[in-house]
Amino acid sequence: MAYGPHTPADRQRMLAALGMRSVDELFADIPERLRSSPLRLDPPEPEQLLMNRLAGLAAKNRVDLASFLGAGAYRHFSPPMVDQILLRGEWYTAYTPYQPEVSQGTLQSIYEYESLLAELVGLDVVSASHYDGAAATAEAALMTCRATGRGRVLVSRAVHPHYREVLRTYFDGAGLGLEDIPLVAEGPERGTTDLAALERRLADPENPAAGVVLAQPSFYGLLEHMADAANLAHAAGALFVAVVEPVSLAVLAPPGAYGADIAAGEGQALGIPPQYGGPYLGILACTEPLVRQIPGRLVGMTTDVDGKRAYVMTLQAREQHIRREKAASNICTNQTLLALAASVWLSALGPHGLRDVAALGAARASELEAALAAVGVARAHTSAYLNEFAILVPNAAEVHRELLRRGVLAGLVLAEAVPDEPSLADTLLVCATEMTTGDDIATFAREIGAVLGDQAGSSPGVSAPKAELSAAGARPEVARG
Amino acid sequence: MSASGPRLQPTLFELSKPGRGSGKVPHPPHDALDRLPAEHRRDTPPALPEVNEPEAVRHWVNLSQMNHAVDTGFYPLGSCTMKWNPKVNEWAARQPGFAQLHPLAPDAVAQGTLQLLWELEQILIEISGMRAVTLQPAAGAHGELTGILMVREYHRSRGDANRTDVLVPDSAHGTNPATATMAGLRTISIKAAPNGRTDLEAFRTALGPSTAAVMITNPSTMGLFESEVGELIDAVHAAGALAYMDGANLNAILGRFKPGEAGFDVMHINTHKTFSTPHGGGGPGAGPVAVGETLEPFLPAPRVLREPDGSFRLERAGERPTSIGRMRSFVGSTGVLVRAYAYLRTHGASGLAEITDDAVLAANYLKQRLADSGAYDIPFPGPCKHEFIASATSIKRKTGVRTLDIAKRLLDHGFHAPTVYFPLTVDEAMLIEPTETESIETLDAFADALIAIAAEAETEPEVVKTAPHTAPVRRLDEAGAARNPNLRWRPAAGAWTPCPD
Repeated sequence: MAYGPHTPADRQRMLAALGMRSVDELFADIPERLRSSPLRLDPPEPEQLLMNRLAGLAAKNRVDLASFLGAGAYRHFSPPMVDQILLRGEWYTAYTPYQPEVSQGTLQSIYEYESLLAELVGLDVVSASHYDGAAATAEAALMTCRATGRGRVLVSRAVHPHYREVLRTYFDGAGLGLEDIPLVAEGPERGTTDLAALERRLADPENPAAGVVLAQPSFYGLLEHMADAANLAHAAGALFVAVVEPVSLAVLAPPGAYGADIAAGEGQALGIPPQYGGPYLGILACTEPLVRQIPGRLVGMTTDVDGKRAYVMTLQAREQHIRREKAASNICTNQTLLALAASVWLSALGPHGLRDVAALGAARASELEAALAAVGVARAHTSAYLNEFAILVPNAAEVHRELLRRGVLAGLVLAEAVPDEPSLADTLLVCATEMTTGDDIATFAREIGAVLGDQAGSSPGVSAPKAELSAAGARPEVARG
Repeated sequence: MSASGPRLQPTLFELSKPGRGSGKVPHPPHDALDRLPAEHRRDTPPALPEVNEPEAVRHWVNLSQMNHAVDTGFYPLGSCTMKWNPKVNEWAARQPGFAQLHPLAPDAVAQGTLQLLWELEQILIEISGMRAVTLQPAAGAHGELTGILMVREYHRSRGDANRTDVLVPDSAHGTNPATATMAGLRTISIKAAPNGRTDLEAFRTALGPSTAAVMITNPSTMGLFESEVGELIDAVHAAGALAYMDGANLNAILGRFKPGEAGFDVMHINTHKTFSTPHGGGGPGAGPVAVGETLEPFLPAPRVLREPDGSFRLERAGERPTSIGRMRSFVGSTGVLVRAYAYLRTHGASGLAEITDDAVLAANYLKQRLADSGAYDIPFPGPCKHEFIASATSIKRKTGVRTLDIAKRLLDHGFHAPTVYFPLTVDEAMLIEPTETESIETLDAFADALIAIAAEAETEPEVVKTAPHTAPVRRLDEAGAARNPNLRWRPAAGAWTPCPD
């Protein structure tokens, strides 16, 4: 066995101490009829060959495209010091700090994470981490039900569709009610959450709402009127949950400033690679009065018997290992190493670096908007955005596929991601960050201009490339440009 | 909430000085944010620490050195399977082709990762003896919730919606009953038999038309194989309920017992336990769920599918209406799953079987050494699986030294403590899991330390009761931490200071 220490003599010695001849005797308690069929798996693979295999698989992915894809996971610069810290075995091979005296590193790092995030979101209580933005949002919505004793939560349709699906799964399981808040359909505010509709839904005295959930920026990249939404929620006795993107909080008003009771969000942007979906960092924070409702671990500062400053997991009476079926959540394993990644990343960039990252994304997005407009591609909405926006593209799915062949990952086809939102047919969601280069933008504008020009020039044949592409779609080699 | 006491390592906030740290990213144009309406802008900047790279790196390195970890020493934390975390797996997950792949990248540019995930599913299907696997859950407890939500949906789909009870042994992890609650179901706790094993008759009595599922950890949290699990599963099915296996202790049964073959309907697997993905100081993990035929239609979306031409794709939104839906964003904690895949390929069929054999042999050897010493109570004699329970009940009666004290004294010997006071059903419990990657020399040294501490409890009980003495800090004021929670540093308010460069 690859990492095992035992020589045949070691095994013999252990068996002899047990008075046994074969290790099989230790499995005599498995009844005959329950014994396993043999494992039909490949033989062990030496490390050298394993590395070849993995390198081969990794090479089948394409990560060299000019990418404008965000939609809840973002590319950001990560200074090499971040991963070098994360590769220290003292961090990644430890477990939950059950013995605080020999876990002060992890405990202080969690305390610092809580402190850093508290600054970003403007709320005082930050959990040690949740699975991802979607799970954190679901926990936030469940918190509003526990705290108010009500069972109905209103969620904007501008919240990430994956988060809304996860909310549905969790709420359906718990037997709680979930309702959409529609989007404004017309006018300059179109695409943002319809606050008039929210007000109407909050006005039902028979069925009061526990919570209201909006995202800032919204899934469509738009900036919502969070303070107004929070006021409406509070006037109806509901709690307000803000779903946030942490890098944006360097420049956008934080949840604490507009009256949010709970903030949830995806922390991946804080220096964590996209890695096809995880492990990510679920951010969950709340005001101090809600501290006993928040699920997940909390670390506090205390002292040891000598009066020395120290850190420890605290308020554990909320948690499953103490409260079992009465716990605030079933969460146990969380995302501590990702919280550390976020903290190290924030320490590397500092407040100015973080602000530069957020502002550069906004600047690149402005350049992108202008470059696309110059080739006749306009935004789908008109209200303010930070660094992500939807564009109007006829035959969006086909154009997206054709651009992929030309080496451009043209964001997200919204009609596929949100099939139940008819207003999004013929739109792509695109984003820019500090990683987006001027060359990327120029390439995107040139190629989309060319593709749309080709389509306009051969309008009866727009479906022709589709057949060709679906055949090519199976191949990992997509573009040669 | 002021900062207290002398400290081992200042917080980042205390290291901060305006004007420190710069040069990581380019500056944006001055008008970059002018187009943002004032309503949306932040008034006061976050008061994040300003530290230069050397200070920051030393801070994190100094902190790391206060941790006990698998890379620094023995970590026999029962039920957590703190085995070696192979270094090649860290290399694997960091390959740019894996690490930089966007989770919404079109299938055509994600074929390598999709193939890896699909192959990993096949390997887990073979190990579990089940029919299908979802890799979506982010942790064991998340997998439990996934499994129980599928069970609930199964009953609903049959018009059998009144099944509201989940039967759970009282020795189970707290996540089992907490999961039932999250799924809107009621937990019924079943007492273990005096021999530490599941009380089949108690389960038979509790089973009925309102039972949705039975959740069994096998081997149990006592480290014992549930020999009557076949009869129990039969009884569960006869009552119209489904059988869930908590796979926390899968390390004990690889190649010896396949839950699917034995009749379990659903189980979760903790990759961070059995398949060595690093525990990360508390996470991340991954909790793939394996199911039999009955539950396959209800698996979360999206699944990874293999097309007839050998290419791979994700299920599209709404493609399988019977699904319970999504459990998280995107496809799963792929970075964790890459490590698990590498581990499984490294070991192959024979290596996995050896893992279990060596893990069980090591646990029995250690158990025997403690039993022979007579220093500790061994509540359940006879062969165990990958972990076992020792108890300090007699020591406490004689000397007043408790399991907690012994755990703390072990830290002075350079060992992490076992899991203590769990399961809740055993007095002064220590749950000890050595894993297969610890040498016989380490096992002996650990047994010697435990035996020495038991002797010390008689000769110098105060030394044990006030341990640890050599750790970075001594015992903590946990009550004070809970009474006056200090959950964040409070820096002076942020201000728009000039950029260092």
